[in-house]
Amino acid sequence: MIRLLVRRLLTGLATVFFIVTATFLAVHWVPGDPLLQDKGQAPEVRAQLIHEYGLDQPLGVQYGVYLRKLARGDFGISFTQQNRSVNDIIREHFPVSATLGLLALALATLGGILLGSISALRRGRAADQATRLAVILGISVPSFVFAAILQYGVSELNQRAGMTVLPVGGWGTAAHLLLPSLVLGLGTLAFLTRLMRSSLLEVITQDHVRTARAKGLSERQVFWSHQLRNALLPVITTLGPAVAALTTGGFVVESVFAIPGLGRYFVQAVQQLDYTVILGLTVFYGTFLVLMVVAIDLVYAWVDPRIRWEHHG
Amino acid sequence: MADALIPMPHEDFAPLSRQTLAPRAQRPSLSYWQDAWIRLRRNRQAWASLWILFALLLFTVAGPWLWTLDPSEQTLSRVSEPPSWHKEALVLPPPAPYREELRSGWPEAPATAVDPQTLAAPANFAFIEAPSIQGVRLRWDPVPGASGYLVYRVPERQPADSSALGIPVGEIQGGNHVSFEDTFNLKAGTYWYSVVARNGDESPRFSGLRAELVDGIPLESARQESASAQPGQRVRLQSHPLGTDSLGRDLLARLIRGARVSLFIGLLAPFLAGALGILVGGLAGYHGGRVDQLLMRFTDFVMALPFLLFMILIQVACGMEAGDSGIPVMLLALVALSWTSMARLVRGQVLQLRQADYVQAARLLGARPMTLLLRHLLPNTLGVVLVSLTFAIPQAIFTEAFLSFIGLGVVPPTPSWGSLCNDGIQTFLTSPHEFVFPALLISLTVLAFNLLGDGLRDALDPRLRSHP
Repeated sequence: MIRLLVRRLLTGLATVFFIVTATFLAVHWVPGDPLLQDKGQAPEVRAQLIHEYGLDQPLGVQYGVYLRKLARGDFGISFTQQNRSVNDIIREHFPVSATLGLLALALATLGGILLGSISALRRGRAADQATRLAVILGISVPSFVFAAILQYGVSELNQRAGMTVLPVGGWGTAAHLLLPSLVLGLGTLAFLTRLMRSSLLEVITQDHVRTARAKGLSERQVFWSHQLRNALLPVITTLGPAVAALTTGGFVVESVFAIPGLGRYFVQAVQQLDYTVILGLTVFYGTFLVLMVVAIDLVYAWVDPRIRWEHHG
Repeated sequence: MADALIPMPHEDFAPLSRQTLAPRAQRPSLSYWQDAWIRLRRNRQAWASLWILFALLLFTVAGPWLWTLDPSEQTLSRVSEPPSWHKEALVLPPPAPYREELRSGWPEAPATAVDPQTLAAPANFAFIEAPSIQGVRLRWDPVPGASGYLVYRVPERQPADSSALGIPVGEIQGGNHVSFEDTFNLKAGTYWYSVVARNGDESPRFSGLRAELVDGIPLESARQESASAQPGQRVRLQSHPLGTDSLGRDLLARLIRGARVSLFIGLLAPFLAGALGILVGGLAGYHGGRVDQLLMRFTDFVMALPFLLFMILIQVACGMEAGDSGIPVMLLALVALSWTSMARLVRGQVLQLRQADYVQAARLLGARPMTLLLRHLLPNTLGVVLVSLTFAIPQAIFTEAFLSFIGLGVVPPTPSWGSLCNDGIQTFLTSPHEFVFPALLISLTVLAFNLLGDGLRDALDPRLRSHP
């Protein structure tokens, strides 16, 4: 297990390094001048700024400086808001995105496992048909369409009720979380339901399940300890990419629901060509995702003994 | 013993023809693709999806010839119009110049302080001339003690009390100014107008008036539709079967135009990415060893990049000049980031097939590496590749829609389904059709590709071949 952890972490580190390099090059390849926001700048001020941001040095040196700072966990200072560091921005806005993402993930995972199981166990019946229809719709309708429909429905509801039953946008209370996390989670929910269904259908026909039944276990025991556990494996492997989809999918949801999360901040930074923020947020997200994938790998190894043994040999 | 010879006719020793003895096959044998096609046709969902996609293709390719309206032409008198086929409108006479009514001999403001709560409701609240959507002209009698008036407007419902008067459309200074013309964003239908006297604060008493606005178009715009239009006539207006957007552009024409952009990106990007993926995966799988290690490590790295973030980053990095549509850059970004899954898939397949007997046989017969790869290995991965491609297409359409929706994709004025959605959602509450139609088209396209992908996967899966 330790060896597996070390190996995964090393690959993860290499990946992060690759992401940093690719992002750094991409950002410095961008045409235009990030410091030209203020047109009436005196040349001395401009020269001072260029010097302070290290833009007068060769690219290699800048890269070295950036890596050294990054190793200390310093993402630099925003170009457009010169009194704010990228670390501050992350500290302020990431919890919002993370809360939303985790809630959506929980919703998608639990819902997906539940619906997928029901669909597989009731194969061919009404519940199965309904779930499959819902899944294909969930996969085919973009989340911003769901968001619009939900917002419209809920605002109608609020109007009918004459009070705010559920807020349709903004941030602050727990009630604000419900709609956006629902919208954010729906796509993943549909995907996981589908995966769970097909995986459970495959497990159901296997010999060990028949054995379990033959030795007299109740249907409930067969399901919980023989079918579900094995059917969950493919679901767990896709959780890594699912986390990725949820954190970056937040872009749309955050802008539709007016939520002050990191995704919205990233979009804004791109529009303002705020290079340090773009760079910092990409590296931050990339690292976060890599760590998530490593974590999921470990969970997978913990759940599936075969993988642990493979790496012991 | 009569050793009589049994007669043996010569014909008995003639060889039989081969034909008669050969067993007849019951059914003609089917090739892999013929079988897949038959099974696809049996799948009702997949077959319907194929037809939907065919219709969409027709919509995209033939659309501009069948519906020749210019998607960028703005008609500002007809903004955010709901879908309608046959539309006529009354040609309105050009309005007479409006002159404000001043009550002579009436003071501008009362000489002494007046409590606004005691102000009466203005009497004789009436129209100066018949209201039309070109303008509603109102007049009323002056109220003693008033220093000005406020005119409110609310659509449809008659206001029950002074808190439900609607939006203030006019603020008139001076107690002797007793008329107002409302021209603000008038639509055909019923409005309730109210006028309130004020002196500092407003009086709680108001006079109400119901205005029934008939739809019509100003003479000037009518002349654009038909040169001989006269006031009082009804003219047939350009029909907009799917309505117009917030700038008065025909939505159907824009959707057709947007389909070209969205489907162009949605189809071409997966094909190019697929080709790149097949190349990388094929090479890695065929060569194995070092090359495989190197290529696959690189693939892993690219796969680990946060997709949407890098989509945006690449687009920014490529820069955009004024007049660019953003389509080539988006294509490039999509291809650069989405070839990886195809590469992995093809590599796995090739690795498996490389050991197959028929490949060994081909190698023994002296097939060159390129022949081996192109004739024996890659064609046999085609089924999986095709399935993966049908699932990559909706993904690409989605990505384009997402990015255009948050304003980082295709740049206006070029319409794409995503940017049409983005435009439409701004006015979703007042004119939902602007959002609903593009959203419906995206969903329908993606749904059709998903169902087709499902059907193809079932049809091409060799494990399912024997029992359809």
